[in-house]
Amino acid sequence: MLEYVLITVIKSLVILLALLLMIAYATLMERRVIAHLQVRVGPNRVGPWGLFQPFADGIKLFFKEDVVPSQADRAVFFLAPGISLAAAFATFAVIPFGNEIQLFGRRIALQLADINIGLLYVFAISSLGVYGLIMGAWASNSKYPILGGLRSAAQMVSYELCLVFSVIGVLMISRSVSLSDVVASQSRLWFLILQPVGFLIFLIASFAEVNRLPFDLPEAENELVAGFHTEYGSMKFAMFFLGEYGNMIAVSAMVTTLYLGGWHGPFLPPVVWFLGKVAALMFLFIWVRGTLPRFRYDQLMKFGWKVLLPVSLANIIVTGLILALID
Amino acid sequence: MLLEYIPILVWICLTTGVAAAILLFSHLIGRKRPSDEKLSPYECGIVPTGDARTRIPIKFYMVAMVFLIFDIEAAFLYPWAVVYRNMLFVGLIEMGLFMLILLAGFVYIWKKGVFDWED
Repeated sequence: MLEYVLITVIKSLVILLALLLMIAYATLMERRVIAHLQVRVGPNRVGPWGLFQPFADGIKLFFKEDVVPSQADRAVFFLAPGISLAAAFATFAVIPFGNEIQLFGRRIALQLADINIGLLYVFAISSLGVYGLIMGAWASNSKYPILGGLRSAAQMVSYELCLVFSVIGVLMISRSVSLSDVVASQSRLWFLILQPVGFLIFLIASFAEVNRLPFDLPEAENELVAGFHTEYGSMKFAMFFLGEYGNMIAVSAMVTTLYLGGWHGPFLPPVVWFLGKVAALMFLFIWVRGTLPRFRYDQLMKFGWKVLLPVSLANIIVTGLILALID
Repeated sequence: MLLEYIPILVWICLTTGVAAAILLFSHLIGRKRPSDEKLSPYECGIVPTGDARTRIPIKFYMVAMVFLIFDIEAAFLYPWAVVYRNMLFVGLIEMGLFMLILLAGFVYIWKKGVFDWED
């Protein structure tokens, strides 16, 4: 029992450290890739290839003045970025990074918690992210944040439905909500091939869930200044961004787990396959940001409710029909 | 059974702790030189007017209500999907009927223009 808890704590610390590093380098990767897409160079002065840039940014942000606007609701203003960050990180508790490994004579599963309701946990937790956003917007008591917060709440709620419905097809094939079971049932064939429509809907909806272009209306710079985090500065601003990048990595990990075979892959160790797939998806996120313009708000709502939702429901019925005919 | 959830408890405590630590340290380390202008709400540099917490368009409430209905449908779909391959056609017809009832409502609110934001 004590040993179990100790191993869990050590595993958690290692994963947390890896996650923070991944987020730090995701910001650098984004800046460099966007720069090259726009025929610029990007940050390359701090360390070789700018590798120390994230740390320089972090230290700078820590020493910035912690501004709390005079009209803000202080308690909620402090709570909001914390919720954003914690909700984004919580998802990683159930994601399988690899199969079991032997370490110091013990078998250690590369997954923090293999619970039988893994997917439900992920959706339950990821919905909490909206609270951080809307609480931050409300607590700021300023016009741009409130507009941004309202928009984003409606947007995330709408696209969450598509996200939740698109996964049903996967569950029907894998017969389990546990993420390790979903990965195990993809050992021969990725669900990307069996569920192409579900994959597309999940990918599009997850872009909207993490508020990335072309769905970044909550912080549409040219209309809302910075949206919900307009009044935030210093590390509190950085925490919203840690949360956003954490969400991006979480969503990439979910796409990998559900549709791209998780850690399965030939030759290389499973963890490398997992990280490689996540990195490829992160690159896709950045690539899309560098390529597509932003939706208008009415287009966004129309697309979510009138196109994605009916298609995701149809996907469930079609999957059901095919399964019924095959089995 | 509950033992499986210990890692989640540990993980959530850890991440919440990290979040709290970052908030606390940045509050302690950062310098503080407040001034009235600096602490006033940002409105593109002009003097702020009126309260930001004004009335909200009704559309947002409508979307929230429609979301609730479909989220409940999703809650029914999850257990159904997991055992679907034991039921096949029977399950498909049953869930199809359930979905049709909800879809009728969906078509109604669609026609009522809940998803149109042009005005």
